[in-house]
Amino acid sequence: MNAVALTPKLHDCRDAFAAVLERLGAENNKVVAVCNDSVGSSKLGGFKSKFPERLVNVGIAEQNMVGVGAGLANGGMLPFVCAASCFLTGRSLEQVKADIAYSNANVKLVGISSGMAYGELGPTHHSIEDFAWMRVLPNLPVIAPCDSIETTAAVEWAAQYDGPVFLRLSRVGVPDLLPVGHKFELGKANLLRDGDAVTLIANGTLTHRMMKAADILAAKGIEARVLNMASVRPIDVEAVIKAATETGAILTAEEHSTFGGLGSAIAEVVVAEAPVSMKILGVPGIFAPTGSAEFLLDEFGMAPAAVAEAATALIARKKTGA
Amino acid sequence: MQTTELERIAREIRIRDLQAVFEAGAGHIGGEMSAIDIMAALYFKVLKLWPDQPKHPDRDRFVLSKGHTACALYVTLAKRGFLPEEEISTFLKPHSRLNGHPNCNKVPGVETNTGPLGHGLPVAVGMAKAAKLTGASYHTYVLTGDGEMQEGSNWEAISSAAQFALDNLTLVIDHNRFQQGAALSETNNLAPFRTKLEAFGWEVLEIDGNNMSEVVDALQHRSTGRPCGIVAHTNKGHGISFMQDKVDWHHKVPNAEQYKIAMAELEEAL
Repeated sequence: MNAVALTPKLHDCRDAFAAVLERLGAENNKVVAVCNDSVGSSKLGGFKSKFPERLVNVGIAEQNMVGVGAGLANGGMLPFVCAASCFLTGRSLEQVKADIAYSNANVKLVGISSGMAYGELGPTHHSIEDFAWMRVLPNLPVIAPCDSIETTAAVEWAAQYDGPVFLRLSRVGVPDLLPVGHKFELGKANLLRDGDAVTLIANGTLTHRMMKAADILAAKGIEARVLNMASVRPIDVEAVIKAATETGAILTAEEHSTFGGLGSAIAEVVVAEAPVSMKILGVPGIFAPTGSAEFLLDEFGMAPAAVAEAATALIARKKTGA
Repeated sequence: MQTTELERIAREIRIRDLQAVFEAGAGHIGGEMSAIDIMAALYFKVLKLWPDQPKHPDRDRFVLSKGHTACALYVTLAKRGFLPEEEISTFLKPHSRLNGHPNCNKVPGVETNTGPLGHGLPVAVGMAKAAKLTGASYHTYVLTGDGEMQEGSNWEAISSAAQFALDNLTLVIDHNRFQQGAALSETNNLAPFRTKLEAFGWEVLEIDGNNMSEVVDALQHRSTGRPCGIVAHTNKGHGISFMQDKVDWHHKVPNAEQYKIAMAELEEAL
């Protein structure tokens, strides 16, 4: 009925990341990859074979890994510190705070397999707290690209940005949404579809689900605006205010806890600048059960049809002022 | 610079440090007194540095991992020309850049922000690894407390420094035998450090860390193919008789009478 006629090709954004890193590595001999025995899961095999001396594998020692990254930057290198996001952000949180963010070290932190990419492995491996943990830290841009094109653009941007960055990548396949050649701009949302009934905002693996939800709503005569908001910090304040004032309702969805993530960041702007009804979709503050990432996203009400339903209810609230 | 001259500088640093802690009404005087000989030797004899170019790429790196002894570092940096000596009087005052733990984005000569323990050594490993990758000739030094070695992150770093064969890295452990609340031996006794570091593949020197000539010799030592650890046996509160080896003086502040006695002892030794 509302199914997409042609199934789009899905991309693992780690492949785009690895390709850019290898290109950057060839262009700049200061580019170094640091990892915690995660050569395979971080897709660093190609980098390792091309630049073996610039692959710094500290073993299973994430606190040391982040500190070593800060030291490499002090010594003039351009480190990309890569690890499963749950360990990079959780195990090393104080190192990220003191050695990277507070020291303003020029280190690019790359959280791989974020969100519920390791859904079947259980809550220890779910990384649904990382937006919250990272976005409270000053100096640290937090970015979750929605497709392989934005991943390429964000990694290129991070390499030329003088300062720390947290890039949150997934391994779950996503279709390309942004135009080829897209340039990443920190703190700027991308308008993927315009509408005035409600605004759907997401990033990472959720953006394409928002586009499908918007298709479902359109079939019912409801025009939803869709914003891709990779930049969680800084948030695009202007786009959020515009969405609130022009559409009167905002629904967010994220592969993250509903506490402290993208929805919270948007709500902070909305309550201060342009109060409107909001719905924040995500993992509702619990340890999630076992299942694939796609299963869990559906389970927590983020299947496109469920999102469309939630958006419809939100629009009704807007009208009644409830 | 002669040993006697370095000893005089160390005493002057102790005097200014004591005054700063007394006037600020806070600080970590015990661990500052134990470590000042090491810092004086580094900044006035051993380190290759340019105070007017604190980010010079060829500078030797020094990381004060026991960041709570920042006041001693500030006094040393000021004496060496990295910041105005009169600025020491702002220590811990509102909006002073000289807070209780060093900030590399505000204080020239500070390499990385420390304070939480167990951070400096991993960062120093990264600095030394960067020099290996680029062929830079600088040497990296890191100073930790002995209680600080209870942090597991240090042992992650010790293991990787050996794996990377970082013979351009020297770790100095300020082994004053006391941590905040009690003696190391009564808390979580990692001593002896020598055997543990050797087990990880490090070369280890053991010295009297309050003996200037031993300190200088050890800091100038270069290992081959492996990192160097210096177990510096020191006295907490060194130079002030009533503070020496008393756990209370980890962060106690002298009263007016104690200050007078302490100052007299330090000045007498000048």
